[in-house]
Amino acid sequence: MAKCKYDWPDAGQRHLIGQRIKRIDGPAKASGKAKYTFDINRPGLLYGKIYRSPYAHAKIKSLDVSEVKSSPGVKAVKVIQDAGTEIQWAGDEIVAVAAVSEQAAEDALRKIKIEFEELPFLVLDDDLSLAGDRAKPAGEQKSGDPEKAFSEPDLVISEGFYGTPVITHCCLESHGTVSEWSSDGRHLTAWVSTQNVSGIPAELGEAIKTPATDIEVICDYIGGGFGSKFAIDRWGVVNAQLAKETGKPVKLLLDRNMELEVAGARPSAYAKVKVAAKKDGTIVAWESDSWANGGLSGGNMPPIPYVFNIPNKITRHKALVTNIGGARAWRAPGHPQAAVLTICALDDLAAKLNMDPIEFFSKNAGLTGERAEIYKQELQKAAELAEWSKLWHPRGDKRPGHIKRGLGVSLHTWGGRGHNSNCNVTVNPDGSVEVALGSQDLGTGTRTVIAITAAETFGLRVEDIKVNIGSSKYPASGASGGSTTVGGVSASTRRGCVDALDQLLATVAPSLGAKPEDLEAVGGRIQVKGDSSKSLTWKQACQKLGVRSIQTTGKNPGQCSLGSSGVGGVEIADVSVDTETGIVKMNRMVCAQDCGLIIDLKTAESQCLGAMIMGITYSLFEEKIMDQQTGRMLNPNMEFYKLAGIGDIGELVVHMMTGPGYDERGVIGLGEPPVISPGAAISNAVANAIGVRVPTLPITPEKVLAALEKGGMA
Amino acid sequence: MNRRKEREPRRDEGLSRRDFLRGASVAVSGGLLVTEPVSAKAAPPPEVLGPGEVPISLRVNGKVRKLNLEPRVTLLDALRDKLDLTGAKRVCDRGTCGACTVIMDGKPVYACNILAIEAEGREIVTIEGLSKGDALHPVMTAFVDNDAQQCGFCTPGFVVAAKAYLDKHPNPTLEEIETGLGGNLCRCGTYAGVRQAVLEAAKSLKGGRG
Repeated sequence: MAKCKYDWPDAGQRHLIGQRIKRIDGPAKASGKAKYTFDINRPGLLYGKIYRSPYAHAKIKSLDVSEVKSSPGVKAVKVIQDAGTEIQWAGDEIVAVAAVSEQAAEDALRKIKIEFEELPFLVLDDDLSLAGDRAKPAGEQKSGDPEKAFSEPDLVISEGFYGTPVITHCCLESHGTVSEWSSDGRHLTAWVSTQNVSGIPAELGEAIKTPATDIEVICDYIGGGFGSKFAIDRWGVVNAQLAKETGKPVKLLLDRNMELEVAGARPSAYAKVKVAAKKDGTIVAWESDSWANGGLSGGNMPPIPYVFNIPNKITRHKALVTNIGGARAWRAPGHPQAAVLTICALDDLAAKLNMDPIEFFSKNAGLTGERAEIYKQELQKAAELAEWSKLWHPRGDKRPGHIKRGLGVSLHTWGGRGHNSNCNVTVNPDGSVEVALGSQDLGTGTRTVIAITAAETFGLRVEDIKVNIGSSKYPASGASGGSTTVGGVSASTRRGCVDALDQLLATVAPSLGAKPEDLEAVGGRIQVKGDSSKSLTWKQACQKLGVRSIQTTGKNPGQCSLGSSGVGGVEIADVSVDTETGIVKMNRMVCAQDCGLIIDLKTAESQCLGAMIMGITYSLFEEKIMDQQTGRMLNPNMEFYKLAGIGDIGELVVHMMTGPGYDERGVIGLGEPPVISPGAAISNAVANAIGVRVPTLPITPEKVLAALEKGGMA
Repeated sequence: MNRRKEREPRRDEGLSRRDFLRGASVAVSGGLLVTEPVSAKAAPPPEVLGPGEVPISLRVNGKVRKLNLEPRVTLLDALRDKLDLTGAKRVCDRGTCGACTVIMDGKPVYACNILAIEAEGREIVTIEGLSKGDALHPVMTAFVDNDAQQCGFCTPGFVVAAKAYLDKHPNPTLEEIETGLGGNLCRCGTYAGVRQAVLEAAKSLKGGRG
C-alpha cells in the first residue's frame, strides 16, 4: 500500500519518536530561569487587588469607594459589580484597585464602604434532603429493559452509595495576568497564565472593546492549569482596564485563598447504585439515582455506567444548584467521578459474587466495545506488575494485626483526538530550524514533542530545533484541554516539516545528481537513499537555499491521518490500612496505559506518574470543605486543602502499551486518562483491605473508622 | 545593628492573620517567647520601624543589595519584586508548600515566612545563585535527567531544598529523602522523579568532590 507522504515513519525508521527524551525546557525550569506570568516584572509596575464578596448569596445595597480612591498609593479603582447586584458566591469580584504596591492596594481595599443584604444560600451537597428545590431534575435515561432484567431469577444484586466531593484545581501558579498598553494606548500586551494562548485575544478584546489584532497574549510558562485556565476571567479583564486607565503595567495574580475559593471547582457526584449480574459474573443491569454539584449551573451527570455498556440500564440525575463558585473543567471532566460511581459499584458486585475483580472485569470486557482486547491486555499487564495473583485476597484481610492490606483495580477511557493546530516552519540558509505555533506547554512536554517531531522529520537532533510557542502572534493552535494538544501540534508540525523538507530536497537534488524523491534526511545529512557516500551535511544542504529561507505552514486536521481518538487504561492500587488510626498508606500503584503512537516516552510516563499522584491526592486528601453557617470555604489554604507530599505516594509503576497494535492508531492524547482511575482503584483497595466500603472520597481516617464501625469491624 | 532583636509584633488593631503570623515569627526568631506577655508598660519602648519604607541591605548570592521597603514586606516579595529574583515562587504564601525555599545561613527556609528586615545580615542563596551562567548545578541536572518537573512551578523550591538537604545529608536513603523533602509540595505529581533525582544528585555530588 502506498504510504501517505505525511505518515509517521515506520518503527524501524524512527530515531527519536518513542524514545525517552528529556524535556527541552527542563534546564530553564530547574534553574529558576523560566519566567511565568507571576514572574513578569515591568518598569513602573502597579499591583492589582480585588475586594470580594464575604457572603455566599447577597445583594449589594450600597457601595462607596471614595476612600479607596484617596488611599495612599492608589492609581485606579474599578467597580466590577455595583450596588443593586446580586452576588451568588463568596469571593465573587466586586471592586478592583491598582496601587504602587500590594500592601497599598490591600490597605486601600480595607477602606471600602459596602452594605449587603444577605440572602439564603446553600453550599453543602452531600445530603439531598437539605437541597429542596435546588435539586433540579436533570434527566432520566433508559436503555434495554432494566425492570425486567432486575427481576430475572438467579441474579446477584449489589446496592450501594458512592460519591466524590467538590475539589479545586489548586494550580501552584494562581490565575492572573500582567497587562501593559503601548504608549498610544492602542496595543495591549497581556501575560496570561493560560491554557489558551491563541484563544484569549478574541475573548479579551471583546470584553475591553479592542480588536483582537491589537492584543498579544504571552504565556511562555504556566504553573499548572488542569482545565481551570481556558478563559480570561473577570480579573483578567479588569486588569487590562486598570492598566489602560493608569497608563502603567499592572500585575494581578490571585492570592492563594482566592485561587482555591473561586478559580475552579470540580463538580461533586454522588449516586445510589443498584447493579446486577448473573451468577457467572455477566453484568446485566444498572440503576442509578445520582446528583452533582457544580455551583450555580448545577452539575451534569457523569458518564455512568462508565466504560461498561451495560445492556439494561436506567439513570436518573439531579443537578444541585449551590452558591460555591463556578465549576471548571478538571482534568478528564466527569470521568473520575464516573469511575468512582461505576467501578466501585461493580467491585462491590464482584465481591458479592465471590469473584476476583480482574477475572470479573476481564469476563465483562466485551461490554467495553471496540477496546475489549486492549482492556484485557491491560488488566493482565497491570495485574502482573502489581503481583495481583500473589497479593490479592477475597474481601477483608483476615490476617491478625491492625494493618490490613488490600488491592483494588479500576478501568478508564478517554478520547484525546488532536485539536486544530497551525504552525510555521522555517528552515534558514544557515541550517537553523524554527517551528512556531500559538500553543502552550502546561508541563506535559508540548515543546519537546514539537522538537522531536521536527527533528525526526529533518533527520536532526532535538537540540537543533528552535521551538517558539506561548504567544498569540504565532499561528493559532487549539487550547490545551482534553488531551488534545499532543495530537494537534505533532500533526501540524509533521505536515509543515515534511513540506519544508520536500522543498529542501528539490533544491539540493541537482547537486547530488539525484531526484528529490530518491533523497532522505537522516543523521544530520541529506543523502541518496541508502547511499551515504552521496550526501551533504544539513548545513551544506541549507546553504544551497542562497538567501531565501524555506517557510511552510502545517495544519491539523489535514491530509493523511496522523492520529485518532479513544484509549483504555487500567490502574491497580495496593494499600495498607491501619484499622486503629484509619490511616491509608499507599504501598504501590500500577498503571497500564495505551495512547497510540508515543512521541516521547519519558514525558508520557511522567504524565502517568503525575496523574497517579494527583489521583492519590484526590482519593485520600482533597475536598473543598464548605461551611453552611457562613457560606465560605473552610480550607482555602494549603495547610488544610491538602496535597499529597513526597512521602505519601508509595511505589509507582507505569507501563505504556506500545508496539504493533498500538502504534498504528497514530498519536492520541494522554493528559486525562491516567488521572481517572485512582479514586475507584484506591477505594476498591481499601474495601479489599478492611472488608467494608468507605462510600465517598476522600478516604480520610475519620471515614475509614466510621465505615469499620458501621460494618461492625471496629 | 541587629534590628531583629528590637522587633515586636505590631500592636495596631486590625491585625490580619497574615500580619499576626509574620509578627509572631519575628518575635520567635528574635529570642522572645511567644508566651511572654507583651506589655507596653513593662517593656522598654521598642524601636519602631515603618510603617513607611526603611532602608535595608540584603546579602543575596554573595552580593550586597540595598533596598527601601516597608517593614511588612516579606523576604520572598523583596527578592521577587525588588531584585527580580523570581526563581523562588509565591504559592501558599504562608509557610506550607516550600515553593519559595531559599537558603539562609546554610539552612533552607520559607522566604514567604520571613520579613526582609529579618534577613538583614544573613547570607541568602536563591536558586539563581546555584547555577553559573548556563552551567547547571548537579541537583538541577539530576532534576532534568529524571524529569522531576512538569509545569515547573514548584521545581526551584525543590531544587534548593534538595541542595540544602544534601549538604547536610550526603548519603540519604529513599525514606530519608521523603522526610527531608517533606516540606515541599507539587501539584503536577513529580515526586517519583524528584526521589530519583535526589538519589542521583547525591551520587554525582560525591563524585564531584572526589
